[in-house]
Amino acid sequence: MAKVVMTGNYAQSYASKLARAQVVAAYPITPQTSIVEKIADFVSSGEMETQFIKVESEHSAMQVCISAAALGARSYTATSSQGLLLMHELLFWAAGQRAPIIMGIINRAVAPPWSIWTDHTDSMAQRDTGWIQYYCESNQEVLDTVLQAYKVAEDPEIRLPVMVMEDAFYLSHTIEAVDVPPQGAVDAYIPLKRSPWVLDIEKPTRMGSFMGPDIYMEYRYIVAKAMQESRKVIVEADEDYGRRFGRSYGGLLPTYRCDDADVVLLTIGTASCTAKEVVDELRKEGKKVGLARMRVFRPFPEEEIARLASSVRAIGVVDRSWGFGYAGTMFTEVAGALYKSKSKPLMKDYITGIGGRDITPQVLRGIYLDLLKVREGDEEMEWWGLRRPEKEVKHNA
Amino acid sequence: MPRFSIPEQELVYSGHVACPGCGGGLAIRYMLKALGPRTIVSIPACCWAITSGPFPRTALKVPTLDTAFETTGASISGLRAALDALGMKDITVVGYAGDGGTADIGIQALSGMIERNTDAIYFMYDNEAYMNTGIQRSSATPFGAWTTTTPADMDGTWKTEPKKSMMAIVVAHKIPYAATVSIGFPEDFVRKVERAKSIKGSRFIHAFCPCPPGWKYSPENTIKLAKLGVNTNVFPLYEVENGVYKITMKPSKPRPVKEYLGTQGRFKHLTDEMIAQIQERTDKTWNNLLALEGFSKEHPYCGL
Ligand SMILES: Cc1ncc(C[n+]2csc(CCOP(=O)(O)OP(=O)(O)O)c2C)c(N)n1
Ligand code: SF4
Ligand SMILES: [Mg+2]
Repeated sequence: MAKVVMTGNYAQSYASKLARAQVVAAYPITPQTSIVEKIADFVSSGEMETQFIKVESEHSAMQVCISAAALGARSYTATSSQGLLLMHELLFWAAGQRAPIIMGIINRAVAPPWSIWTDHTDSMAQRDTGWIQYYCESNQEVLDTVLQAYKVAEDPEIRLPVMVMEDAFYLSHTIEAVDVPPQGAVDAYIPLKRSPWVLDIEKPTRMGSFMGPDIYMEYRYIVAKAMQESRKVIVEADEDYGRRFGRSYGGLLPTYRCDDADVVLLTIGTASCTAKEVVDELRKEGKKVGLARMRVFRPFPEEEIARLASSVRAIGVVDRSWGFGYAGTMFTEVAGALYKSKSKPLMKDYITGIGGRDITPQVLRGIYLDLLKVREGDEEMEWWGLRRPEKEVKHNA
Repeated sequence: MPRFSIPEQELVYSGHVACPGCGGGLAIRYMLKALGPRTIVSIPACCWAITSGPFPRTALKVPTLDTAFETTGASISGLRAALDALGMKDITVVGYAGDGGTADIGIQALSGMIERNTDAIYFMYDNEAYMNTGIQRSSATPFGAWTTTTPADMDGTWKTEPKKSMMAIVVAHKIPYAATVSIGFPEDFVRKVERAKSIKGSRFIHAFCPCPPGWKYSPENTIKLAKLGVNTNVFPLYEVENGVYKITMKPSKPRPVKEYLGTQGRFKHLTDEMIAQIQERTDKTWNNLLALEGFSKEHPYCGL
């Protein structure tokens, strides 16, 4: 294996090259741009053989991938924030068509106000579209996950599109030594072969036509089932990857020092690596804390969460997005998943890191200490670290 | 042995569910006759997303992809990209979209596709309104027409804006080939689609497709109207190859537009004054086209 020092964005570009993506269509948006620029370099230097379509919008980027997938070509795109929101309608089309598209997402806050910094509102807002969602915590994981994503997406039982998320700047523009697996080994892991469920000039069929109330529901049920089935395939793809390349990531909900923990914090994205340091520190101080990372948010790891909940006193959730519900998006789903479990830990949601606000070790330490104190009846949700408490905010003329 | 002036092969099954007298149904039939079986069609939301039948049936004998309303230009780009990536060479890619899907919501994807000179045909079947959703105005609805959103129940509530010229727009992209066709003239129609098929790069066909329920006339008059539209110069037939305009049908004595307008319920509110105005506009456009035909010989893409 060759170690190359690269950003999270280049990890996406390298992975799409290793996967031999046959059609790439993308549109620039900060902080995604360097992914596409690198692919352009690969193509112009002849290192990568792909149809690289420089579309006029993210919306068209997604449609190019959807139509390419309809013919059975392996496709890749990447975007961020506003670009992802612009694709929203087509994300349903991709999943409904069972198009195994892989899309890199650089999580960036949404406007207004304009912001290029990270939070997860953009991809959380796509949770109901039928896409599998991975959130990464290192550049190495980005590269490895894009390859795993192809394995999962193209599994004949799954055939769903996959988003591979990385936090803006924390990963997208930060360099790290990344192992680039040899091409032959990647080819063996995800061989390029055309699916039989595609448009075929010799056997004319139609894809995507309308269905009446007599069968539409069954069709959607089949898509829903594919998402459920993907849990197993995601774990297998991760283990298989581990056997071949020596790295795996613990499936949907990797945990850290949770075995005897009193309280566990559930994080997503890069806040998770920071949280591990904080866990080690607090452990040294004798506090029994652990960490679980939402590596995969769709399909939702409800079994893993229920297992975790059975042994802890409290679960805290760090939500780096806000979905205008009664609490953060992850929290509401975690709480919902525990509704039917016998052992219900106390829960608290920490909304923080919005719009690129740093989630520093101090922030997470504060959250852990707060969580250790949580009692029955306490407030279950808090915007953590607001600079000016709500009551002080005045609308100045 | 009967002699056919257009290809005999049928790539549209009978039994589709278009309205009787649907011009769009004839357009897709003639289009596929010209393109042949090695064709892949992309269809957005429009009447033909519905009329070719519900899953698992289809009225088309060629592979067909249904897509979102606004995506046709991008969809045919993706199909072509995949064929190129897979090394499939001899297949024609065509997008079959309505006037709304082309001139309104899909114009961005269309513009992008032509600007990239994607090797595909974009076929706009123009019934001059959003028919699938029940006859609402589009930017291709002609001046003076009634639609459900231009109700014409009072002065000035009909469509007060002129029809958008998609041909001018696509030619401004320096498209290799663009042509107008009418289902009233199948030989001219098929010849142009065959010509389009033989050219590499982006190609655009604008088809005049009368629609009985949308235009408020009786279905047996579809062909008559499709011819009258041309013979009144309301919808001139021409092609633009490498920027050079060529009018392919010049009525020796154009019929007055009144004949065309008078047979359609959507124009029945028009006063003589307005009809005179439409006549004047029609004559002007026709003269402009004649001028373009002359000038573009020496100055291709003269619209810049
Ligand atoms: C994004 C989106 N907006 C609106 C619609 C509803 N819609 C479906 S077909 C249609 C009108 C299509 O008009 P046109 O393209 O002219 O084709 P026609 O129905 O006339 O054949 C509309 C508005 C839709 N499917 N998608
Ligand atoms: S509404 Fe018009 S275009 Fe649509 S199927 Fe009927 S006749 Fe054809
Ligand atoms: Mg229409």
